[in-house]
Amino acid sequence: MVGGILLSDAANIDFMIHGVFSYELFGQRVWITTTHICVLIVMLVLAIFSIIAGNTMKKATEVPKGFQNVVEIIVEMLDGMVGNTMGKNAPGFLNYIGTIFIFILVSNISGLFGLRPPTADYGVTLPLGLMTFTLIHFNKFKYQKVSGVIKGLCDPWVFWAPINMIGDVAVPISLSLRLFANILSGTVIMALIYGLLSKFALIWPAALHVYFDLFSGAIQTYVFCMLTITYISDAMTTE
Amino acid sequence: MEFNNNFILGCSAIGAGLAVIAGIGPGVGQGIAAGHAAAAVGRNPGAKGDVTSTMLLGQAVAETTGLYGLLIAMLLLFVKPLLP
Repeated sequence: MVGGILLSDAANIDFMIHGVFSYELFGQRVWITTTHICVLIVMLVLAIFSIIAGNTMKKATEVPKGFQNVVEIIVEMLDGMVGNTMGKNAPGFLNYIGTIFIFILVSNISGLFGLRPPTADYGVTLPLGLMTFTLIHFNKFKYQKVSGVIKGLCDPWVFWAPINMIGDVAVPISLSLRLFANILSGTVIMALIYGLLSKFALIWPAALHVYFDLFSGAIQTYVFCMLTITYISDAMTTE
Repeated sequence: MEFNNNFILGCSAIGAGLAVIAGIGPGVGQGIAAGHAAAAVGRNPGAKGDVTSTMLLGQAVAETTGLYGLLIAMLLLFVKPLLP
């Protein structure tokens, strides 16, 4: 019925998560979805990349050449990003920030290679947000001690504690929703273009891919990592 | 009172359209951030890199409220929570 208005049937639009197969676990039906498979592919690619990088760095030369250049550029970029903002605390968090940076970046870009980006599933971004949440509060208790945390909670006045608590809980939710909604909106728009304009979607969607997958994906990766760094260094400052 | 499914779907579509009006706020906010960043770069061209990264961070945070509206619209359109 909508075929008259739109160029093709709305049934062609496909950006949802599909179940691949399911099994019973403790009486619950558990689905293995396309997200799991995409995450596994991303992890496999990263694992192969890191094995090759590790082997290259084992026989590293004084003057870098070939693949060693690439590895050094990546490591130096991550070093610079974390080091500039965290200062002397940087070495302890370099591994975590670097890992989530590379994982989110490759996940976002995987839309270019025909995968459904894993970060367009809230089940992937919420754990990332929760990891950051755990790190924030672990460091808060470690550096500010219990008295400092209680003092920070009742900041202007004792009765503000519930509002401050809501503010703390909102951090992982807004972090994960920001990443999720950005990538999902890109996925939906690309699916709409390929589904509804399938006859005309010839070469020009490449420009949209550059914007939605590369630019937006890189910016959101950067923002997620910078916000994680900011929140963690905020938790580590003691007055 | 019983409602027709098509009526509910139409109302969901109207609600989705209303929800993405939330995009006005982030648009204004991001514009203000970009304008001030341009002014800052004009005053101090040496700090272009720092200003740009700060601007992008601030814009991404300002964008969040608009994305909440977008999420509500997508839930209404594709998950159809109002259908019985």
